[in-house]
Amino acid sequence: MLEKALKGSPRYWGTLIGLGLLMLLGMGFWLYQLVHGLVITGMSRDVSWGFYIAQFTYLVGVAASAVMLVLPYYFHHYKQFAKMIILGEFLAIAAVSMCMGFIVVDLGQPQRMLNVMINATPHSMLFWDMCVLMGYLFLNILVGWTSLQAFKNDMAPPHWCKVLAIVSVIWAFSIHTVTAFLIAGLPGRHYFLTAVMAARFLASAFCAGPAILLLLTLLVRKLTGFDPGDKALKRLAVIITYAMCVNVFLYLCELFTAFYSNMPGHIAPIRFLFSGLDGHYELVPFMWTAVVLGLGCLVILIPTSIREKTPALVLGLIMLVISTWIDKGLALMIGGFTPNPFETVTSYLPTVPELMVSVMIFALGGIILTVLWKIAIEVRVEVEGGNLSMVPPPAESE
Amino acid sequence: MKSNRREFLKLAAVSAMGVGAARLGFLGDAPAFAGPLPTAADFEKGFKAKHWGMAVFSAKFTPELIEKCRTACHTEHNVPDIPGKKQIKWFWGASYHEAFPTEQGQFLSEDVEHREFPLLCNHCEQPMCVRVCPTQATFQRPDGIVMMDFHRCIGCRYCMAGCPFGARSFNFQDPRPFIHNFNPHYPTRMRGVVEKCDFCAERLAIGKLPVCVEAAGGALVFGDLGDENSDIRKVLREHFAIRRKPDAGTSPSVYYIL
Amino acid sequence: MYNAKYIIPGILFFLALIFVPVGYNMGKSFDVKPELPKDQKDCIEDVQVMRDKHMQILNDWRNSAVRDGERIYVNSKGKKYVKSLTNTCLGCHKDKAKFCDRCHDTVGVNPYCFDCHNITPNQKSPIPPAQTGEEGGH
Repeated sequence: MLEKALKGSPRYWGTLIGLGLLMLLGMGFWLYQLVHGLVITGMSRDVSWGFYIAQFTYLVGVAASAVMLVLPYYFHHYKQFAKMIILGEFLAIAAVSMCMGFIVVDLGQPQRMLNVMINATPHSMLFWDMCVLMGYLFLNILVGWTSLQAFKNDMAPPHWCKVLAIVSVIWAFSIHTVTAFLIAGLPGRHYFLTAVMAARFLASAFCAGPAILLLLTLLVRKLTGFDPGDKALKRLAVIITYAMCVNVFLYLCELFTAFYSNMPGHIAPIRFLFSGLDGHYELVPFMWTAVVLGLGCLVILIPTSIREKTPALVLGLIMLVISTWIDKGLALMIGGFTPNPFETVTSYLPTVPELMVSVMIFALGGIILTVLWKIAIEVRVEVEGGNLSMVPPPAESE
Repeated sequence: MKSNRREFLKLAAVSAMGVGAARLGFLGDAPAFAGPLPTAADFEKGFKAKHWGMAVFSAKFTPELIEKCRTACHTEHNVPDIPGKKQIKWFWGASYHEAFPTEQGQFLSEDVEHREFPLLCNHCEQPMCVRVCPTQATFQRPDGIVMMDFHRCIGCRYCMAGCPFGARSFNFQDPRPFIHNFNPHYPTRMRGVVEKCDFCAERLAIGKLPVCVEAAGGALVFGDLGDENSDIRKVLREHFAIRRKPDAGTSPSVYYIL
Repeated sequence: MYNAKYIIPGILFFLALIFVPVGYNMGKSFDVKPELPKDQKDCIEDVQVMRDKHMQILNDWRNSAVRDGERIYVNSKGKKYVKSLTNTCLGCHKDKAKFCDRCHDTVGVNPYCFDCHNITPNQKSPIPPAQTGEEGGH
């Protein structure tokens, strides 16, 4: 099926070339980082993880997009998602690849990376995170590719493929849980040290991941005419809305615990994020933007009448993505390292080279996604005779 | 003033070395810092302990004494002088509020309020950095020293996130251009690895006390916490001592006598 | 064979490419003469052992000295040495450029030992040396 990626419209090649150029630009900055070291980033002794690891935690969430399709499809036989599943699985491949990319660029000695396997250390959560991420990548490639191949040949996917799809659903929970455990078990990092961290990871993943998937699917529908069916899109929007409600609820739980208990350590990072601490206000505008967008997107997404209008849905989803990105792709890491172990504040904001290296990885993810989705959609065209907007067959079960 | 003190220390070190300095003078190009090379016989009389620990007579510490210990440590171990947020610290000073933030000090006695406390790696009994390290580059020796194997470190900085004491520093860049007082007998580090105090494991191995303990002139007591009759246990029996952030559950081996 | 006119030249080009280094070095002499210390006769082990296994020995040394705290090496003749690259090896082989580098450069290996370890126990300053002034640190 790979040959499908080699023929395409000028728009397809334009996209790839554009992303490729962005990647090359970012690669220049990565080389700069390889020569000079992580000194080119804004990270410091006190804020020792920054933008890279934050993007990693956010993208782990995006990788979950597939679960919210695969779970209803395989566990509840919700057939409407049949056409979208492959998109979710391929998005997961792109997202997990980006996760790994962000870990690699964050290492001080990337050439020694395999030490994690050579000296496998089960008491380190980073070891387990590597295992679950690699496993999830492998599962999605295997399941996605095999089922697409089966679809192309007009056959039912092999039985083991279904089994692995079900395994991948459970596995997806593990990538969030283990990534949350990466930070949730550290004493002295008050903002991280919370039992709901894994639950928050799941909730924000299950809203942000499918939201990005839905936005991209709407874009693809506009550009190619590929239509996964209105019912599927609407159902996905409902799932996103529920997950976002849970996400906001869990954050409010954090606020209650910190402020009602009045424990200084738990309050300090939240105060730093929302009102500034010791004269450092860097994240305050971001946090209030996240609050406004997060609550605003609920106003749009909760009432069915508004949610079902495509322009409003798109606006709501964009607001949701920005809000959850600020929460998890920026504030979670910086808030976790602020205040520092001496209860003072060391400011951190990513530098331009740091952002450009991130652009490289995002562009790489974009290329992987474009190529994989191109293949998936072309296979659909081939099988369904070019009628991309064909209505799914009746006979539904939910 | 800082450099004057450094010059003075250099002189003091040279004169203290006696025979060693004379031998190096014969070799011709040795810097003033390095003593004689340790021999295999030196390593046979290394110190052993069940669990190394340190007691700090904090009232004896002035900013000058902390600076003296810091210089001794950083010179011995080729710790670079990097200014700003990316600095490398093995031994340093901090206020009461920074050293003991969980005590939430209020209405402190004036001398404690204005005292500078020497800080270093706590060599915890339950070290979080060891638990999180994915390559065992940071590990705990049977004698309690939390040690770094720089050869193995991948620079993921998970240990820095794990340490509740801010005892770890990362080499964001090649440290060598920042080493002003160079000791040729001890390696430097390379870019991209984490480093910290190792309780002078290399000195204990040849029967010498940690260099900060030597420099502190009695204000730091180093010894075996596992031996009831050791100096340090005696000191801790006689004085009330606290540890930094005991609620982090790591059980530090460095005790502070207020 | 399908597309033979593309595949065969492709394979030939590939083979040519991978044999470029072989051709480049054909007929060149690999007779390396590292300069030995004049005041010492014996290394820690016999010459042949050192030639074949110095890297494994150093690897064992670093693990046992750093991780197990075993810092004394007893050689096959029962003589004791301190396990230290700078202080023991380079204490004798005083000139890295005339000993280590001669072989390493010829065979094209670039071990990064000396990114951290000093090249002699009498070295005056780190390499690269400390900058004057206090700039840096970003």
